[in-house]
Amino acid sequence: MSDFDPDLLKAVAPFLWDGLLTSFGLLLLAMAGGGLLGSLLAVMRIAGPRPIAALAAGYVNGLRSVPLIMVIFWFYLLVPLVIGRAIGAFTSALVAFVIFEAAYYAEIIRAGIQSVPKQQLAAALASGLGPLQAYRFVILPQAVRKMLPILLSQSIALFQDTSLVYVVGLHDFMTAVSVTANREGHLVEFYLFAVAIYFTLCFAASQSVQLLNRQSVSP
Amino acid sequence: MTISALRKASPIAPASVERPATIEITRISKSYGALEVLNDCSMSIRKGEAVVVCGPSGSGKSTLLKCVNGLETFQSGSIVVDGVSVGDRNTDLTRLRSRIGMVFQHFELYPHLSVLENITLAQVKVLRRSKTEASEKGMTLLRRVGLGDKAGCHPAQLSGGQQQRVAIARALAMDPIAMLFDEPTSALDPEMIKDVLEVMTELARDGMTMMVVTHEMGFARHVADRVVFMDDGRILEDAPSSVFFAQPSTERARIFLSKILRQ
Amino acid sequence: MSYRWDWSVLVSEPYLGWLLAGLGWTLLVAGAAWVLALAVGVTVGVLRTLPNRAARTLGTAYVETFRNIPLLLQLFVWYFVLPELLPAPIGNWIKRELPLPEYWTAVIGLGLFTAARVAEQTRAGIQAIGRGQTLAAAASGLTLAQSYRYILLPIAARNVLPPLTSEFLNVVKNSSLALTIGLLELTGQSRQIESATFHGIEAFTAATLTYVVLTTAVILVLRAVERLVAIPGLMARA
Ligand SMILES: Nc1ncnc2c1ncn2[C@@H]1O[C@H](COP(=O)(O)OP(=O)(O)O)[C@@H](O)[C@H]1O
Ligand SMILES: [Mg+2]
Repeated sequence: MSDFDPDLLKAVAPFLWDGLLTSFGLLLLAMAGGGLLGSLLAVMRIAGPRPIAALAAGYVNGLRSVPLIMVIFWFYLLVPLVIGRAIGAFTSALVAFVIFEAAYYAEIIRAGIQSVPKQQLAAALASGLGPLQAYRFVILPQAVRKMLPILLSQSIALFQDTSLVYVVGLHDFMTAVSVTANREGHLVEFYLFAVAIYFTLCFAASQSVQLLNRQSVSP
Repeated sequence: MTISALRKASPIAPASVERPATIEITRISKSYGALEVLNDCSMSIRKGEAVVVCGPSGSGKSTLLKCVNGLETFQSGSIVVDGVSVGDRNTDLTRLRSRIGMVFQHFELYPHLSVLENITLAQVKVLRRSKTEASEKGMTLLRRVGLGDKAGCHPAQLSGGQQQRVAIARALAMDPIAMLFDEPTSALDPEMIKDVLEVMTELARDGMTMMVVTHEMGFARHVADRVVFMDDGRILEDAPSSVFFAQPSTERARIFLSKILRQ
Repeated sequence: MSYRWDWSVLVSEPYLGWLLAGLGWTLLVAGAAWVLALAVGVTVGVLRTLPNRAARTLGTAYVETFRNIPLLLQLFVWYFVLPELLPAPIGNWIKRELPLPEYWTAVIGLGLFTAARVAEQTRAGIQAIGRGQTLAAAASGLTLAQSYRYILLPIAARNVLPPLTSEFLNVVKNSSLALTIGLLELTGQSRQIESATFHGIEAFTAATLTYVVLTTAVILVLRAVERLVAIPGLMARA
């Protein structure tokens, strides 16, 4: 470990900040896209006719058996091929995350809905509610309470996973730190700095989720 | 054979003969924060006595029972079991517990072990008996509770009443100096309650020292030597069962009795 | 879209050899990391259920630390930072003489990361058993250690088998991160073939299918194990 000038951190701060914004941008867009696609897949699996349900199941199980890095490589290769011209690493990484996370969100949503006892649906239908109303007013409110903390934990994992865009050289926070650390020759200091940032963010987020979890359990 | 017939057929030592106290509870109190669960409770159970503890739900019966084998701690007072002080720092609690049998409301058999293994585990691991000796003892006890053919089954394959009889056999296998029962029939269907009560009655007749938390008033009236009534963390009555049922001395016990006997 | 297909690269040398070597490293990293994760994870999980407060705090600290830092960063810390922070003789030995440094870094990093997740499953598995069993064990005179050894852990082991299956699959998948410190496992090798031949689709397809086959095999084997150790009368799984 060599002498580390604190001013150095100030000098590189804008670069690292840009990286952090990229990480957050990726996180939020992937949550939105993955959440939408995941909900669709979950509905396909629960309510779709057999072939549709099987298709969704195949999607979910297939993606869940492949490493995220592999998926990132796939779309880094495929997206430019499909649209016929070079495109930034951000877009292909985002597509990879949406496709990948959707599989995980879909499982959480499906499990949440199916964890509501069947008799609840029967009771709702028996009281004269239509099937859609039964889901809207009886099943989903219960399911959401159960799956919300899990969806949020998955999103914290997703935030950590955004660091993997390092493998295609997209300048997220992790890559920005790594680039700076190597350029300035201060691996120890910069990597420990990254540890502090990631830990603080993820720890605070996961504690909040636990708090939310406790509140929803004991109303 | 009815329960009362069993009891009457047994030779009962006259109550006036002083036998040494196996369990001596003296002025114990316990609270969870501001909630006082046991308030200055005293009672004693002599060797060979069967005592029923009853009272409304939440009155502290289970807590008192668990204090006896140190599964719960208490803040003041003392409990002495066979000359050993439970609350004493230096007491070897594991050793003491191995000498007191306990039966739980929900049986608490070990689901991953067979019925016989449930009975031999503590014999082998705590008392250091050989596997053969433990198994023989286990089989004898299983036959005694009428389940000699279930040794190889797993708990989940038995009915509730059968599981509770296995739990009694498991406790007896340790040759306990006393047995604690915490509502042993409360989780059972009516037709199974009888089987369990018969086993308990036989135990009492054979002279086992027993502290039984139960709402089975038939058992209290015909089998128990004494009845202790608790309410709100206090012991309100402690009387020979004939006296308790003939003329309970407190209003609360009268109300409790009339409610429970009406069911 | 202009892509020249040539599936024959997959069976031509040296590329077939690269893929097989990659698969080998994937299995070696995942296998060793899993052993480490189980040993550390079960210990930490048990710590979190003990009556002793200090033990629980220690367990919680481990879990929170290892699951709130990205695995990639953890690998970099083990690989680049740790040797600098250790006393010079040890640090230098790691940098210069430790055989297969990428391999051991990947195993330790992945193993300790996964241990935090195994610990959580173990804790949940033990806590799902309920207080009654613990009380019954204590009431019969078993010591705390004996109740864990004979009652709690055997039951918990069955409870956690399904979630541990998916953690094991995570280890297999996460072993791909080893490529970031220069260990070319399956994913890394397929990328290598892409750079060398520009036949990325073929190479990635081969690696992807290998992962799918591997995952399916693991699931089938562990389902069989689950049936084998299922408690009669309980947990009848479809
Ligand atoms: N671990 C605990 N923490 C706080 N209060 C408890 C605890 N265990 C029991 N209590 C309270 O102590 C009182 C007595 O409980 P218990 O001995 O189980 O009553 P009983 O067995 O007579 O129904 C109840 O009010 C119960 O809510
Ligand atoms: Mg009770």
